[in-house]
Amino acid sequence: MSSYKIIDHEYDVVVLGAGGSGLRAAVGLSEAGLKTACVSKVFPTRSHTSAAQGGISAALGNMGEDDWRWHMYDTVKGADWLGDQDSIEYLCKEAPAAVLELEKYGVPFSRTEDGKIYQRPFGGMTKNYGNETVQRTCAAADRTGHAILHTLYGQALKHNTEFFIEYFALDLIMKDGACKGLIAWNLNDGTIHRFRSHITIIATGGYGKVYYSATSAHTCTGDGNAMVLRAGLPLQDMEFVQFHPTGIYGHGTLISEGVRGEGGYLVNSKGERFMERYAPKAKDLASRDVVSRSIAVEINEGRGIGKEQDHVHLHIDHLDPKVIEERLPGISEASKLFANVDVTKEPIPVVPTVHYNMGGIPTNYKAEVLTVNGSEKTVPGLMAIGEAACVSVHGANRLGSNSLIDLVVFGRAAAKRAAELVKPGMKHDEIDKSETDRCLDRFDKLRNSEGSNPTSELRLSMQKTMQSKCAVFRSEKTLKEGVDEIRKPFEGMESLSVKDKSLIFNTDLVETLEFDNLIRQAITTMDSAYHRKESRGAHAREDFPKRDDENYMQHTLSWCNGSKTKINYRPVHRSTLTNDVQYFPPQERVY
Amino acid sequence: MVQFNLPSNSKIKKGQYYKDKTGSKNIRKVNVYRWDPSKNENPRIDTYEVDMDNCSSKVLDILNKIKNEIDPSIAYRRSCAHGVCGSCAMNMNGKNGLACTKSHSELDGDIDIYPLPHLKVLKDLIGDLSTLYKQYESVEPWLKTTKINDKENIQTKEDRAKLDGLYECIMCACCSTSCPSYWWNGEKYLGPAVLLQAYRWIIDSRDEDRKERLKKVADELKLYRCHTILNCTNACPKGLNPAKAIAEIKKMLATA
Repeated sequence: MSSYKIIDHEYDVVVLGAGGSGLRAAVGLSEAGLKTACVSKVFPTRSHTSAAQGGISAALGNMGEDDWRWHMYDTVKGADWLGDQDSIEYLCKEAPAAVLELEKYGVPFSRTEDGKIYQRPFGGMTKNYGNETVQRTCAAADRTGHAILHTLYGQALKHNTEFFIEYFALDLIMKDGACKGLIAWNLNDGTIHRFRSHITIIATGGYGKVYYSATSAHTCTGDGNAMVLRAGLPLQDMEFVQFHPTGIYGHGTLISEGVRGEGGYLVNSKGERFMERYAPKAKDLASRDVVSRSIAVEINEGRGIGKEQDHVHLHIDHLDPKVIEERLPGISEASKLFANVDVTKEPIPVVPTVHYNMGGIPTNYKAEVLTVNGSEKTVPGLMAIGEAACVSVHGANRLGSNSLIDLVVFGRAAAKRAAELVKPGMKHDEIDKSETDRCLDRFDKLRNSEGSNPTSELRLSMQKTMQSKCAVFRSEKTLKEGVDEIRKPFEGMESLSVKDKSLIFNTDLVETLEFDNLIRQAITTMDSAYHRKESRGAHAREDFPKRDDENYMQHTLSWCNGSKTKINYRPVHRSTLTNDVQYFPPQERVY
Repeated sequence: MVQFNLPSNSKIKKGQYYKDKTGSKNIRKVNVYRWDPSKNENPRIDTYEVDMDNCSSKVLDILNKIKNEIDPSIAYRRSCAHGVCGSCAMNMNGKNGLACTKSHSELDGDIDIYPLPHLKVLKDLIGDLSTLYKQYESVEPWLKTTKINDKENIQTKEDRAKLDGLYECIMCACCSTSCPSYWWNGEKYLGPAVLLQAYRWIIDSRDEDRKERLKKVADELKLYRCHTILNCTNACPKGLNPAKAIAEIKKMLATA
C-alpha cells in the first residue's frame, strides 16, 4: 500500500453531513460550547435538503384549530403502525417550538393575512384523529427546504462551527464496540484526515441513488449508512422505500405534494379523478404509499396516459394563476424546464418515483444508535439523525412534510444529548493503528483497481435491478430474482476499473467509493424486502396483500458483510414517551 | 505600453480527441477544459464525440454520458440535477449557467465547456469558490433580532414579498464570475452574489440591524465597484436580478 499523508484532529463531537439535520445539530453543539467539526462531501447549501419543496409540519394552529396529538395520530397511521410511538410523540410535541425557532433564525416563511407563518394542507394530515383535512404544513412558497438549509448554514456561521468541506468520509473508527471518530479524504488536496471524537453524529441523508429513477440528488448515496454496515452494525427497515406519487415523467424531478395540497388533482387516460375510488375521503391527499400504488394500478390496468400508457396527469391549470405564482413558483419552473409544460394551461405528466428512505441507522428518540443485545442496546459514541437515521418516526411510510421536521427536531435532540454526555475538553482514547490500516486498505485497493468493469456499468446494473425487482409492488418471485441479481454488481467489483489514480478531486474514485456504499445498501434493502412477508406502508407484496401485526409489528435489522446479510427483528415500541397521550393501537388503515 | 500575456504554464493546449465508437449518425463535438493539478502539465481541451440520439436534454446529461461511457476521469461538481443546489455552475458556449438546467439544443455548433471564469481551477471544471464563501460569511447572513420569546415574528405579506427574488439565490456564483469588476477586484469587491445576499438581510423587516448592515457594505470597494454592467442579471440561471439588489442598496445609502 502506498503511504498516505494523515492529518489528525481532535474534537468533542464530529457531525458527518451538512444538510438540515447535520447543520441543526452543529448549531446546537456549538451553542453548548462543544468543540465541533462538521464534515461534508459538498458545500453545505448543496445538500439535498435544498430540494425539499412543500413544507415542514408542525401543529401551530395558524390556519385553524390543531393539536400535536392529532399530528401524532396521523404520523402513526401514515407509518402503518411500524413507527415507535415514543419517538413520534417526541417529534410531534417538539415540532411547533422547532418551527418557531427556525422562524427566529430567519427562515422566510410565506405569511397569512395576519402575518403569521402560512400553513398548507398535505397528504395524511388531518384534524381530530383522521376526520378532515388540516392545514399543518408550514411553507416558504415551494422552496421550504432551500430556505431552511440556507438559514441553518447562516446560523452555523454565526456560531463559528468548524467546517471541513469537500471531505469524503471513508470509515468510522471503532474500538470495543464504541465509535471513536472517523476517517475522511480531503478532496481539495488529497490528504487523509483522522478525526477523533467522543461522539460521531451521522447525518448523511438517504440512498435514493440505488434506484435508476429517483428524485434524489447524485450525491444521495447513503455513505454514513454504509460506514455503519462496515463497522459491523445493522441498518433498520431498509425495505421501506418511499415512491413519491409525482415525479416528472421521464426525468424524475420532484413535483411537490404541496401541488395537491393547493388543489391539484390526478387523472388517468379516461380523464377520471381516480383517487376518489382509492381514498374516498382524502382523495388526492391520501398518504404517499396509497397514492403511488393507486397510480401503479391505473397504469397496470391500462389506464395510463401517453404512447406507452405509462404515466398519469397532474392538473393545476384550474387554479388561479396568482395562487400558482405566489405559492408554487418552483414547480412551475421545473415543469417548464423538464416537461416543457406551462402549468397554468396544461397538466404535468407524472409517475411514482423513488424519493425517500424510511429505513436507515436505528436510533432511539435521543438519536443514539441502537444495535441488539437481546432486545436493544445503544452504541457508545455514535448517533444518527435525518434521513440516514431510522428513529423510527416514519415507520413503513413517511408523511409529506414530516421529513423536514424530523431533521430539526432530532438534530436538536442529538445536540442536547451529546451535551449531556460530553464535557468540553474530555481526554481522547488512544486508537489502534489497525482501524486506520483497514480503512486505507479498502481505499487503496479501490483506487488501484485495474480490472475491466467501470463503476458506471456496475452502478447501472444495480439501479436497473432495484428498479425492476424492488418496486412499488413486490412478490416472492421478483424479490427472489432480485436477491440473486443484486449480488452480481457486487461481485463485479472483483474486476473493477478505476482510471483516475490521482488524489485531488478524483471524482472517478469518489463515484467508486459511493458505489461501494450503495451496493451494500441495495443488498440489505432487497434482502429485507424478501424476508418481510406482509404488506405494510410502502412495502406492498402482491403475494401477501394484508398487514400481519401478529408476526411483523417488528423492525427489520440487517447486517451486511460483503454480499452476505443477516436478518433479525426487534419489536416496535408499543408505548408512548409520557402520559400526555395514549398509545394508538393498530387499526385498519383507510383514507 | 504594458503587455499582458498568460504565463506559459496557463496556455491551453490541444488535448485528446475521443472518436465516437457507437456508430451514431447524430454526433456532437463537445470540447471540455481539462487540468489535473497532480500532473505538471498545461491545461488542455479534450474533444469528445457524443451520440446525441441517446442523450437526455441538458448539458449535464452530456457530461454524465462522457463520464459514464467515454472518460471517467473528467471532474465536475453536480448534485441535485434540477437547478436547486447550485453545484454544476459552469461556462457553456461562453455563458455561465447551470449544466443541469441548460438545454444543449439551445447551444449552437460544437459545445465548449469551461469552468466558471476567473476562478482558480482546482481540477477540470471545478473552480475554487472559497473567496466567495468567505465574503458571504462577511455579510453575516443570519437574522439579528433582540426579540427572545417563544412566539413567531409577525411579518406582513407585503414585507415578506420584499424577500422574493432574493431568498431564492442558490449561490451558484454564475453572476459573480460573469462580472468584469469582480474579475478585476474579486478579493475586495463583494460581487453580485454576495451583495444580493446582503440586501436579502437588509430588507428583511424582522431584522433589527439594518443601519449597521448598510454601514458595513457602504465601501468604495465592497459595494461601489459595481458599475452596472448587468452581466450578473444576464447570467443568473434562477432569473434573479442582483444588479437591482445592488442598486437598491446604493439607493438606501443615498437617501439615508
